[in-house]
Amino acid sequence: MTNSFTDITPSLRRRHARETRFKWMGKIAIIIAVSFLLVMVGSIAWLGSGALKQTRVQLNVHLDAAQIDAAAVADANYGKLIKTALLDRFPEVTKRRDKKSLYGLVSYDAAYALHDRVVAEPGLIGQDLRMWFVASDDLDMLIKGNLETTGDENRRRFSDKQLGWINSLKEEGAIKSVFNVAFFTTGDSREPELAGVLGAFVGTAFTLLVCFCLSFPIGIMAAIYLEEFAKKNRWNDLIEVNINNLAAVPSIVFGLLGLAVFLNVFGLPRSSPLVGGMVLALMTLPTIIIAARAALRAVPPSIREAALGIGATQIQTVFHHVAPLALPGMLTGAIVGMARALGETAPLLMIGMVAFIVDIPGSVVQPATALPVQIFLWADSPERAFLEKTSAAIIVLIVFLILMNLVAILLRNKYSQRF
Amino acid sequence: MGNLPTAPFVSSNKTRRRLGEFVVYVLLITSALVAVAVTIGIVFSLAFEAYHFFQLISWQDFLFGTKWSPQTAIRSDQVGAEGSFGVLPLVVGTLLISAIAMAIATPLGLASAIYLAEYATPRARSIIKPMLEILAGIPTVVYGFFAALMIAPFIRMTGSSIGLEVASESALAAGIAMGIMIVPLISSLSDDVINSVPQSLRDASYGLGATQAETIRKVILPAALPGISGSLLLATSTAIGETMIVVMAAGMAANLSVNPLDAVTTVTVQIVSLLTGDQEFDSAKTLSAFALGIMLFCVTLVLNVIAQKIVKHFREQYD
Repeated sequence: MTNSFTDITPSLRRRHARETRFKWMGKIAIIIAVSFLLVMVGSIAWLGSGALKQTRVQLNVHLDAAQIDAAAVADANYGKLIKTALLDRFPEVTKRRDKKSLYGLVSYDAAYALHDRVVAEPGLIGQDLRMWFVASDDLDMLIKGNLETTGDENRRRFSDKQLGWINSLKEEGAIKSVFNVAFFTTGDSREPELAGVLGAFVGTAFTLLVCFCLSFPIGIMAAIYLEEFAKKNRWNDLIEVNINNLAAVPSIVFGLLGLAVFLNVFGLPRSSPLVGGMVLALMTLPTIIIAARAALRAVPPSIREAALGIGATQIQTVFHHVAPLALPGMLTGAIVGMARALGETAPLLMIGMVAFIVDIPGSVVQPATALPVQIFLWADSPERAFLEKTSAAIIVLIVFLILMNLVAILLRNKYSQRF
Repeated sequence: MGNLPTAPFVSSNKTRRRLGEFVVYVLLITSALVAVAVTIGIVFSLAFEAYHFFQLISWQDFLFGTKWSPQTAIRSDQVGAEGSFGVLPLVVGTLLISAIAMAIATPLGLASAIYLAEYATPRARSIIKPMLEILAGIPTVVYGFFAALMIAPFIRMTGSSIGLEVASESALAAGIAMGIMIVPLISSLSDDVINSVPQSLRDASYGLGATQAETIRKVILPAALPGISGSLLLATSTAIGETMIVVMAAGMAANLSVNPLDAVTTVTVQIVSLLTGDQEFDSAKTLSAFALGIMLFCVTLVLNVIAQKIVKHFREQYD
């Protein structure tokens, strides 16, 4: 007896060691996946946090009465006033090239800001005005510490001379960082320091609205038919198989469908949230149908039997009793579907929602872009400042994804009933 | 009872109700048919444009050509006027990136599924599962951005430090990002499959003295294999159809190469690059996107149908 016991001890130890190794393989796999998530989200959040700050430069602008015609305040050359203000501040700058790089310290938006200020307050003409202007993207990046300040001068964005100007501005407190309101209140721009996400956000909101208005009613009606009325026959089997397969069709194929049918056959407006929403609706339809069917299946047969028993028709039974009970579940499924549609980019590229659009769309038929497409566009831009904007836009997108999923979870927890 | 005044009221209400109910019923059926109409719409619209394409380019040249450069001539005497539409480089590129993605996602996804289903305490499960769901919920454009921004430079740097030449838009970078994206898909499907293996099989194995790892490897995995292979097929189909990661992280150049350090392009990348920008619907260049689209649709459809058949068959086995 003791003999056979000692015989298996080494093999048992080996087997237990193997057991531990096996268990650790699973742990390591999860650690890799989760740490990838953390590194990805963490690095993007770190990069994007910079976009919350905007650098401003203070200039003393002399609103020369000779330059501004009091009768036509709006027509004055405000860009020239800004340039004069910069030259007054740095009188030592005389060479043409140096002047040009000096003007590059402030954004071209400065002229518009000054214009707006003077038009609003014409009484300022003839006086000196101290005003904060948006810095150019290069200066912004420098202040945020994203640009090289040492090493070979020819390979840097700023030469030592320019750095000298900037330092002297800094010393007198004429450079400050403020919260970047513009990022949340403006549309896209070619100038990174002026680009904002509002246009893309409104475009996404319109797109999702169209998507929801189409896919939710059609989805739940289809689910009600399949779950409550359809008899088991070949046709209904076909519909079912079809829906399951549609759920796995690559999203770009839906984009091709939208391009060929909605744009080329029906002639709907290109780049519009209407078409984007329709394409995304077709894409989310299977998700909604599958979720709604699960919700309907969870309603116990006793409810149906009771309603039928007191004389309700089948339609009444479904619409008065079964569907209301399943509604929270159906809504949860719809929100999860919408959250997927929110992050979808490829089909929107196909129907032209990838154009450069500055204006904030006012309706579903105006050209617009969407948040994920905006991310794609910015990610393609070479300026260093757009890197920050892209990351910040990703954070906005992820925050909305989390919010939508939270709403879905809350709905499920609040209304979920056990029968 | 017979002369109660409600009788006529009920009957008139009944006819109205019947009509109303019929309308509602028709609406319900129509809604269900929308899903079918979408499929038919996809097939017909793609086939229609692809048909026009194959009038210009022969299908042999398309399927077996080894050169992809979809230029169409502006003038007839232009140099290199004839575009070549050989799809092989794209197919090879797509398969290469998908293979890299699956090589990463399969071990990670399966190992995490096994851990979640067999080892994790309910508390650990309740933390890890949502984390993986977040990974699945992150839009692919974010993965693409991350792949181009971090993974590709990292691979390039590592490669050059050991003396390898790595393209700045290597297949490996896109494949890694895509692999991580697919992990939650494989893990959640396989987790379901492993959970549906009956407890009696585990108990029998433990009763014979097997350790937990031995039970999983020798009993549960073989029993779950059909379901798991179904989930792997679904994941492959997702990888083939994935667009944004490859658009942002893989290249545009159609190289016929199986070296993961080279830049390759995929079917989806080409569809996007052909259709964003100016389009003329009579040029082979634009129409070729639809030929690529129908190919993509058919391949993913076949994979899905097989996967669903396998999974369904597997479920019935243990139900």
